[in-house]
Amino acid sequence: MMLEPLTFWILAIGLIVAAWSVILQRNPVASALSLAAGFVLLGILFLTLGSSFLMMAQIIVYAGAVMVLFLFIIMLLDLKTEEKRPVPYARLTVAVLIAAAFGCFLGTALTVVPRGGEVLSWAQPAPPMDAGRIGELLFAKYVLPFEVTGVLLLVATVGVIVLGKKEAK
Amino acid sequence: MEPVTQITLNHYLALSGVLFMIGLIGVMLRRNIIVIYMGLELMLNAANLALVAFSRFGAAPNLDGQVMVFFIITVAAAEVAVGLALMVALYRLKQTTNTGDLTSLKF
Repeated sequence: MMLEPLTFWILAIGLIVAAWSVILQRNPVASALSLAAGFVLLGILFLTLGSSFLMMAQIIVYAGAVMVLFLFIIMLLDLKTEEKRPVPYARLTVAVLIAAAFGCFLGTALTVVPRGGEVLSWAQPAPPMDAGRIGELLFAKYVLPFEVTGVLLLVATVGVIVLGKKEAK
Repeated sequence: MEPVTQITLNHYLALSGVLFMIGLIGVMLRRNIIVIYMGLELMLNAANLALVAFSRFGAAPNLDGQVMVFFIITVAAAEVAVGLALMVALYRLKQTTNTGDLTSLKF
């Protein structure tokens, strides 16, 4: 009975610590590694919500491919740890104020979520959410967005190659 | 003790909101363009968490929210590839990834 809340709180606290670590580390490599840890924790949260397929997608695509890209670029550009600068208090204050305003807005929104108080219990049978059903949805109801995404990936590939090419002098 | 021992939809949504805010602070605070990008990724993931939570808890739980997240993950991966290619091109031109040094469009 206590397993669900315990798992949730461990994952939630880990996720928040990882997120803070991403934005506060001076060394971009440390930020990237914290981000990878955050992605994995989020994947496990997806699993607690009964979505094993998305957990795999999250870990393969985000913690795998996207993080390799980030680390690759950081190494390629040879970014050093930022030199110690005075903490930009003015900017920090503005950023925290805007985020706090946004947080108040979200907090108000939370009070009117329908079924917001529904309790998650792993004992309750979850609706069938396996990869097969997602595949059926993708190729039937969402076939047009699926095709468009394919075109988008092609366009992105071509665009990246064009951007990455050295300009002929 | 009830809010601690009973995990509800609101818990997931609040966690998603907190993640989004941390990402937002990172985007506004940092000057390294790659770390700004990581903040953006955090915000995307926060939205994903909200979508998956809604898909599990909805009045008629179904997979539409998860398909949405699947598309977001795909598009985000493409977006990261393009964005990082832009950064490489920018670095080649200016030898910096600090937004404070990229002011050539400023009056």
